[in-house]
Amino acid sequence: MKPPPFSYHDPGTVGEVINLLETLENPKLLAGGQSLMPMLNMRYVMPDNIIDLNKVDGLSYIEENKTGINIGGMTLQRDLEFSELIKKKCPLMNDALQQVGHRQTRNRGTIGGSLSHLDPAAELPAVCAAYDAVIVLQGPRGEREIPFSEFPIAYMTPATEIDELLTGVKITSWKEGHGYAFIEFARRHGDFAITSAAALLEVDGAGAITRASLTVGGVGAAPVRMNKIEESLIGQSGDEDKFRELCEACREIDALGDVYASSEYRQHLATVMSRRALVKAYGRANRKG
Amino acid sequence: MGETRKISLTVNGKSYEEDVEVRFHLADFLRQKLGLTGTHLGCEHGVCGACTILMNGKSVRSCLMLAVQADGQELTTIEGIAPSEDEMHPLQEAFRDNHGLQCGFCTPGMLTTLLEFLEDNPDPTEEEVRIAISGNLCRCTGYQGIVAAALDAAQRLREAKGV
Repeated sequence: MKPPPFSYHDPGTVGEVINLLETLENPKLLAGGQSLMPMLNMRYVMPDNIIDLNKVDGLSYIEENKTGINIGGMTLQRDLEFSELIKKKCPLMNDALQQVGHRQTRNRGTIGGSLSHLDPAAELPAVCAAYDAVIVLQGPRGEREIPFSEFPIAYMTPATEIDELLTGVKITSWKEGHGYAFIEFARRHGDFAITSAAALLEVDGAGAITRASLTVGGVGAAPVRMNKIEESLIGQSGDEDKFRELCEACREIDALGDVYASSEYRQHLATVMSRRALVKAYGRANRKG
Repeated sequence: MGETRKISLTVNGKSYEEDVEVRFHLADFLRQKLGLTGTHLGCEHGVCGACTILMNGKSVRSCLMLAVQADGQELTTIEGIAPSEDEMHPLQEAFRDNHGLQCGFCTPGMLTTLLEFLEDNPDPTEEEVRIAISGNLCRCTGYQGIVAAALDAAQRLREAKGV
């Protein structure tokens, strides 16, 4: 038996969860457990109370709205992966999910768990950064929504307060026919990416880029939107040499380094992954729009 | 002993009701409480895939779940795959015939993973098989035998279904 001793709670409603968060000593929320369980097994975390969200009503859904989709915090990565709605409205997320862990972990892992864990190399936070997603948090003071750009406040630290839980994610779709690509470099398929890049492009009938989003994951403490590159992409055609030149700006990212990959190597990979993502996204874009 | 709970679940078609310490992960529960030691533990942090089982038909890592979370669920472990005591599952036969295993440590996880995969994808390409088993480590076979076994098993299962 590996995990340290704790008390286990499995509430059925969001209200009960918030109540438990307010009253229990040193609580930890358990979503899919694909990050928290290893941390418990290795005793990196030693909570006094585990609050299991798997029996909470109404946190698993994928719904279409006027401008995009709403996703429940406890929606399984597997359900997102096989959702036709996600493929249609949010194709970048489908692209990214193919690279999130393995089938066995996607069968348990949730979107809210991944966002709350906020590993710098995780795919779903990078997707949320790319789409300017809105994160929905619920706590004793009610519900609040914050843009994903304000969600990470430090390395693996979301803006979620100690008595709040992530209940949903709202994503605004891009124009139909837009280009998208999620590219990552990992030592084994499904492992955490050393570096990833997510690109979204809208292209006009003449082949000129009219809207761009480029996000780099695994390099900074949280996913980084490459705003300068995005601005410079407007009006460009799909010239790979131009993409290569613009992506050099990725070397300026304040990069993490560890025993697996130095910060210089991650910056280098960021230039390569970004270029590949842009090339692929441009190739997929429908120019008729 | 820490906090305990009573759970009831079905494993390989058999019902169990057991008191379990809430911090027990599911793999330890299966091995130590139920004596089903066919489920192997390699890393216990979700990397090696040896502990993979099926919960309601879906492959999951049993080291990354608490036993209490399996309350009311239906599990299949490696012990429950073969149709009878003296008959093997086509997937097991394909592993034997294609040198899909040597020491056998990773095999329970490989088989449970592939059972779900071949259900979803009865006619996979070699690349799809390699991606499907990317979460399962093997140190003996170099994976060639496993991939060959999976493709062979896919064909045997298709033939058995008359496709």
